[in-house]
Order: sequence, then structure tokens, then C-alpha cells
Amino acid sequence: MATLHTVNKSPFERNALESCLRLAKAGSSVLLFEDGVIGAMRDTRFSEKITQAMGDFSFYVLGPDIKARGLSNDKVIDGIQVVDYNGFVDLTTEHDTVQSWL
Amino acid sequence: MKFGIVINEGPYTHQASDSALQFVKAALHKGHEIFRVFFYHDGVNNGTSLGVPPQDDRNLTLEWSGLAEKHDLDLVVCVAAAQRRGILDEDEMGRHGKSANNLAPGFRISGLGQLIEAGIQADRLVTFGD
Repeated sequence: MATLHTVNKSPFERNALESCLRLAKAGSSVLLFEDGVIGAMRDTRFSEKITQAMGDFSFYVLGPDIKARGLSNDKVIDGIQVVDYNGFVDLTTEHDTVQSWL
Repeated sequence: MKFGIVINEGPYTHQASDSALQFVKAALHKGHEIFRVFFYHDGVNNGTSLGVPPQDDRNLTLEWSGLAEKHDLDLVVCVAAAQRRGILDEDEMGRHGKSANNLAPGFRISGLGQLIEAGIQADRLVTFGD
């Protein structure tokens, strides 16, 4: 049973992403959106944790929220897939449940 | 697929209402059904008709009302959360002896049972919040 975890806060603001990565079951997916997209950026103090977790989880990031913050898809960590809102909807249907880390 | 949506955050706070709105639009566009949108906690503030955002800003309440009308959406505001925050329909206004009501078109006030039902009836329940 695959779960989609959604994280909407920056890892520099809250520990939602860290808690998610610590507690989610291997094989789950993680979607970073809203301020959560900060966690998808390369060359931050947090990037290494994401890269290390890639063995256990599939990572996605919401493109419109990257753009809304003046950031660029070029800065997204390799291996994280950029999706739009249609992709967000597809992720929820492709997984059995959705867990929002608020 | 049938979706239930929960919104726990008011408009213009962070992004929950905006994200949920975009998600619902995309889901409808893809042919999915929105079983219900449940506004809980500060999310009930999305249902006030008295908000006057600047003209060049988005009006989230109007957007929800418009989407509800176009797609026959069920927008439910939690009654207990709404009472605390001064979100009243005509019935609630009468019941509590208040002088005005402000629930926006397309929204209705009901209880937590509606959230539970959405959780049971919908294939996916997606929560947006703070």
C-alpha cells in the first residue's frame, strides 16, 4: 500500500519534512509543494538528506510553486521530478492514500 | 475518482486555499468528481461574503463560490469552527440572536459528520492547511 506524503513547509522553517522522511515507509512518495519546494533545492544544508533518502522514496516537487517563489527548476536536486497540478492530481490517484504533513 | 478535500487554513494566510483551489480545478479538468470540500478550523474564513480584497488581488471566496456554481460543488463549513469565528448563515443568525449573516453563496454550514462521510465516500481525502 503506497502512500503519497505531501510536505508544504520549508525544512528550514519546520521539521515536517524530517519527520516525514523518518517515519514514512520505504516505497512511499513525497511531494514537496508551497514553501516545501525549498526542500527540493540543491546545495542547501538539507539537500544531502533528500539525496540519501532517494533509495527509499520517490520525490516530486510542484513546479508552479517553484516559479511563484522566483526559483528555477534548474536548481532542483537531480532525481526529484517536477510536476504541475495535473501531476499532483495523478500522484494522488496513483497512490492508495494521501498523508499531509501539516 | 471521487475526491474529498479538507481546508484547515483561512484565505490569504499562507497558501492552503489557493493550493486546494488549483488542485480541485485540475481534478475536475481531468474528469474526477469532487465529493465535498470541507472547511475546518480557520478554513471556515474562506466562507465569509464580507471580505473585500484589493481589486488586483484574487478573491478566494468568489473563486470558490463560482467554482461551486459551475460544477455543483458541495462546500461545507464546520458549524462549531464557524460559530467561534463569526461565520453565520441566516439560520445560525436567528438561532444565536445575531444581527447579521455572512455566509457566501455556494457554501453551507454543517457538522463534522460531513467530514467523516467525505472520508468514507471519497476514494481519496486530501488535506490542505498550515
